[in-house]
Amino acid sequence: MELAPYLILGCIEGLVTAAVLALMAVGLSLVFGVMRVVNVAHGEFFMLGAVLAWFVADQLGGHPAIAFLAALIIAPLLVGTLAMLADMTILKRISYDPERTIVATIGLLYIIQQLTLMTYGSNARPVEPPFNQRIAIPWFEWTDGGLSLYWPWGLGTTSYKLAVIGFAIILLLGIWVLMTRTRIGLIMRATQLDRDVAQAYGINVDRVYAMVFGLGAGLAALAAVLIVPIQQAHYLMGHDPLLLSFIVVIIGGLGSLVGTVIAAVMIGLSDGLISVFFTPTLAKIIATLMVTFVLIFRPSGLMGSK
Amino acid sequence: MMMSDSKKSVVFHLGFLALLFLLQFILPAYHHGNLARIMVLATYAMGYNILFGYTGLLSLGHAMFFAAGMYGMGLTMTHLGWTAGPGMLAGLLAGVLVSAGIGFLALRTSGVSFMIVTLMFAQAGFLTILYFGEWTRGDEGFVIRQADRVFAGIDLSDPTYRYLAALLLFGICLMLTIRLMQSRFGHVLIAIRENEERTQMLGYDVHFHKWMAVIASGTMAAVAGAAYALLFGYAGATFASVQYSIFPLLWVLLGGAGTALGPFIGTLFMFYLIDLSSSLTTAYMLIAGVALVLLTLFLPQGLVGEWRRKMMPWLT
Repeated sequence: MELAPYLILGCIEGLVTAAVLALMAVGLSLVFGVMRVVNVAHGEFFMLGAVLAWFVADQLGGHPAIAFLAALIIAPLLVGTLAMLADMTILKRISYDPERTIVATIGLLYIIQQLTLMTYGSNARPVEPPFNQRIAIPWFEWTDGGLSLYWPWGLGTTSYKLAVIGFAIILLLGIWVLMTRTRIGLIMRATQLDRDVAQAYGINVDRVYAMVFGLGAGLAALAAVLIVPIQQAHYLMGHDPLLLSFIVVIIGGLGSLVGTVIAAVMIGLSDGLISVFFTPTLAKIIATLMVTFVLIFRPSGLMGSK
Repeated sequence: MMMSDSKKSVVFHLGFLALLFLLQFILPAYHHGNLARIMVLATYAMGYNILFGYTGLLSLGHAMFFAAGMYGMGLTMTHLGWTAGPGMLAGLLAGVLVSAGIGFLALRTSGVSFMIVTLMFAQAGFLTILYFGEWTRGDEGFVIRQADRVFAGIDLSDPTYRYLAALLLFGICLMLTIRLMQSRFGHVLIAIRENEERTQMLGYDVHFHKWMAVIASGTMAAVAGAAYALLFGYAGATFASVQYSIFPLLWVLLGGAGTALGPFIGTLFMFYLIDLSSSLTTAYMLIAGVALVLLTLFLPQGLVGEWRRKMMPWLT
């Protein structure tokens, strides 16, 4: 057995994980960075995105590409709006006290999850990908006639998976432009640096907080819509991505967007590669324990300040 | 004659234990069994309360301590053929070791990172139990045979002895918590909760005290885990999952963080709330979610906390 094609496959699977994880973790990191809030319900916003994507695609019917496109727009908007409502009705009222926010978002986690169980049920349901050509992974071989290409049997990926990676890169660049090159980004960064001074300069901090919380949840939902043609939508699907995003956010340094993306790629790739050779459970244990090492050597994360 | 506040508190809690002792004679079988379970789970919550309520450290990984005790006992009994006594000791020791190790590492961080890191460790622990499914039987868990659940000639699977054993465990841990919190050590923990920098400035070794608090808290949780497996005859990976880390937080918050009796009251209420709602719907955790949100919004002190504020300021 040639090893290299398996490594390529592992890398592609890992990059798909990394793409989705980066989007989700950037949402978590943004909320933590600007609002200093740990959103434990983030995984449920992810799950809600996937379930709504199924719902929209199911209601619309028609060509899978159109249904998927509609889901890609509608699901994150709905989830974002819901998150903004949660921010205004719950988090604002406890004035973003760190511990009480954690408890409240744990509560929110169960409310969203269990309401989904009551309405959507415990089945896993798929969404059809907009396009899905199979692409075999080529590899080289030394033959009598010199170097030649061949396709190891059974190893392949799909065009959709590659598109997820590409789309996530575009979105992450978009967020970077939003944060560094636009007025809204400037307002968010100002609020992050000093909430009180920002307010004194006439920034409506309440509105910024609601927006950031909605944006963070919307990103999680977007990540879920992208993954739902590959994995199915299920009411418990938010759990593992939440833990992985926590790992990514700690390793990247709490509140640092660049660090978050780097950490997502690291974790995603190692998860993909380890999963090729070992069981997923061992892959998860290793990823979890990587946090320990980062903690011992760099308590503030890779790109964290302080 | 006027009693000092700390004495008043001790007498009050002893009275409460006496009430629990008497309750076994009048309770119907179903609630009798429930109360035994609640007392063991409340012991777990009291362990959690030492760290969260009194020291002010929010951990989301206590299930790993509970499971350390449960598996420390269950595995040695099942695979090494140990009896209940040494098995309980193995559970306690597992709790001390795990909490000392995890505490040492996790206390390098503080605040939000501490919470996330404990959550991660607990997740790694949970996955490890699944990974070694050959011995732990993973999610399915394993039953501890009735013949093994005998301690000093007493059959602990018998409801009456089970209730008494649970009460004994609960009573010892309750009085220990009160003693601990009335001691100098406990005052330092409370000082850390109120203002960590100031406590440090006053010359206390904050890091050491926090570490000891993690160990005390984790060990009490582990003993509760071992007792749970022994009294109810089952150990499974569910008890190591995130949900079992969130439960003690919920119970302590509902009952009142930083009160000795809060964990019991919180466990009692939540147990019956979930018991009632699970007969209505499979989505019974919805109740827990709604309770958590309402508690943070309207009752941040918890039931016993409010009660102490209004009527009994001397309560520990």
